[in-house]
Amino acid sequence: MAGSLVCRVHPVVLFSIIDSFERRNEDAKRVIGTLLGSYEKGAVEVTNCFAVPHNESEDEVAADLEYARNMYELHKKVNASEVIVGWYSTGSEVSEHSVLIHEYYAREAKNPVHLTVDTSLKGSKMDIKGYVSAHIGVPGKTVGCMFTPIQVDITTYEPEKVGVDIVQQGKYNPKRTVNMLSDLTQVEKACSMLQDKLTLVLEYIDDVLAGKVPADNTTGRFLTDLVSNVPQIDAQEFDDMLNSNMKDLLMVVYLANLTRTQLALNEKLQYL
Amino acid sequence: MASKRTTSVPVQYVQIDGLVVLKIIKHCQEEGAGGTDLVQGVLLGLVVDNRLEITNCFPFPRHNEEEDFDEVQYQMEMMRNLRHVNIDHLHVGWYQSTYFGSFINRALLDSQFNYQHSIEESVVLIYDPLRTTQGFLALRAYRLTADMMDFYREGDFTPDSIQAAGMSFESMFEEIPVVMKNSHLANSLLSELEEGMGTQQKFNFLDLATSSMLEKNLRQLMVCVDDVAMDSNRFLNYQRQYQKQQIQKTQYIQKRQQENAQRISRGEPPLPDEDINKIFKPLPTPARLDSLLLAGQIDSYCKQIGEFTSQSFGKLFMAESLQSGSKES
Repeated sequence: MAGSLVCRVHPVVLFSIIDSFERRNEDAKRVIGTLLGSYEKGAVEVTNCFAVPHNESEDEVAADLEYARNMYELHKKVNASEVIVGWYSTGSEVSEHSVLIHEYYAREAKNPVHLTVDTSLKGSKMDIKGYVSAHIGVPGKTVGCMFTPIQVDITTYEPEKVGVDIVQQGKYNPKRTVNMLSDLTQVEKACSMLQDKLTLVLEYIDDVLAGKVPADNTTGRFLTDLVSNVPQIDAQEFDDMLNSNMKDLLMVVYLANLTRTQLALNEKLQYL
Repeated sequence: MASKRTTSVPVQYVQIDGLVVLKIIKHCQEEGAGGTDLVQGVLLGLVVDNRLEITNCFPFPRHNEEEDFDEVQYQMEMMRNLRHVNIDHLHVGWYQSTYFGSFINRALLDSQFNYQHSIEESVVLIYDPLRTTQGFLALRAYRLTADMMDFYREGDFTPDSIQAAGMSFESMFEEIPVVMKNSHLANSLLSELEEGMGTQQKFNFLDLATSSMLEKNLRQLMVCVDDVAMDSNRFLNYQRQYQKQQIQKTQYIQKRQQENAQRISRGEPPLPDEDINKIFKPLPTPARLDSLLLAGQIDSYCKQIGEFTSQSFGKLFMAESLQSGSKES
């Protein structure tokens, strides 16, 4: 068994898991489902998932495996490179039933990963843990398997990051909603974010100068980098560059408006 | 599955779950290959009061010409399976990725008409992957106006019918505001994620290099304008031919009348009046739907350019203030 595997999860998977947990049947205490993704050297990347209906009681567990197979086929039609890499369940513990389910998945994927998402928020944290199974026991006598924890990281594609950032803004709103913003407002927000960060840096510098905080060489080097990044251009040159850029933009806007007026005219002329 | 509503309480805004947004982004990212290929999928949800809630979605596989693929079957199976896990299985619309905002075309119109015909409140979500990579989530919801629906149903796209219906390129599509909403559990997940992902804030959209975006936009605009020019030419040709035909008709009638008058004066029976239409075949009036679509497309390009330039102006002014600030210090 290879050394510690790293499991990289995309946020969309976590959202799906939570969604299926919210939609579970009345009597089910937890939800299980299949994880899809791809294998890389020493790492597993989980990019998609779907829920699988199952029934669980004290002494037995039954999962709809036909359904799992069907869904996998359907998903494969969309994205052929995604394979079954493991399974997930909500809830904070790994129970004996999990072993059975894990065995099934071991048939579908080599070395499946088991992901648990603690939706009961034990310890006021939503723990996301990953496990792989390892054989333990004395050979010849009782053998069993143990779930060994592996490291779970969260990765995103670039646009996913933007999506998550936007969705994040709904956190502190009492209505939990986020409105779509126009472009100009977004630039404004970025500007104010930048301003906040600059104030933070300035505060730090003031503190160091006043001797309240010990000076740190690495931070100092970063600061010099920052300051020297603002290009030293001759004021006149900079003005010229700025103006020519602005003129380009103005020209384009003018042309665009002209086209729109032309269109409106065209419409009216048709009716003559 | 389609719920026909007799009272048309129009949908005022669209509410999307964070999950749907992420799924759409992921799908377009994986299949889109840079946004040049179109990617489509189905939206599921329900209508509550005056808003359309979208709670889940699933992608459509792309058409591979080699495989024999049954779209309807795929959709049916997907929905049946999703029902088992209590996911809303009501079709409420569809989504599509776009390349720089060039989505107003015949195919979209047809699909949206079909959807809206069976499900009154359906919308189409247009997602622009390239702009999202630059830092703005470009997701918009559109719907055909009621006027447009009636007009399209007639199937008659001659200039007269357009005039009668009062259609213009602005009254084809209407945009509906989009709001994103998350459940409480999702909010706690988000707090977790914030810790896990760290504050790698992306400042890509503060980038000053605007020329490539502008160039692409302008190129699209030029192509569209060329199309409109071609279309107008065709229309003008038609008009010219029509005029010529009219003149010919009047000449013919005049000649006929003269002849008839002569014949009567000579005492001969007048020539029978022939059906004018058989001699001069009426020219088919060209369909003007394409020109409407092109006009709408140009309009949306221009709006996009306007938005983009306003944002670039903001960035330029910021840079100027930074520079002048460093000058003084």
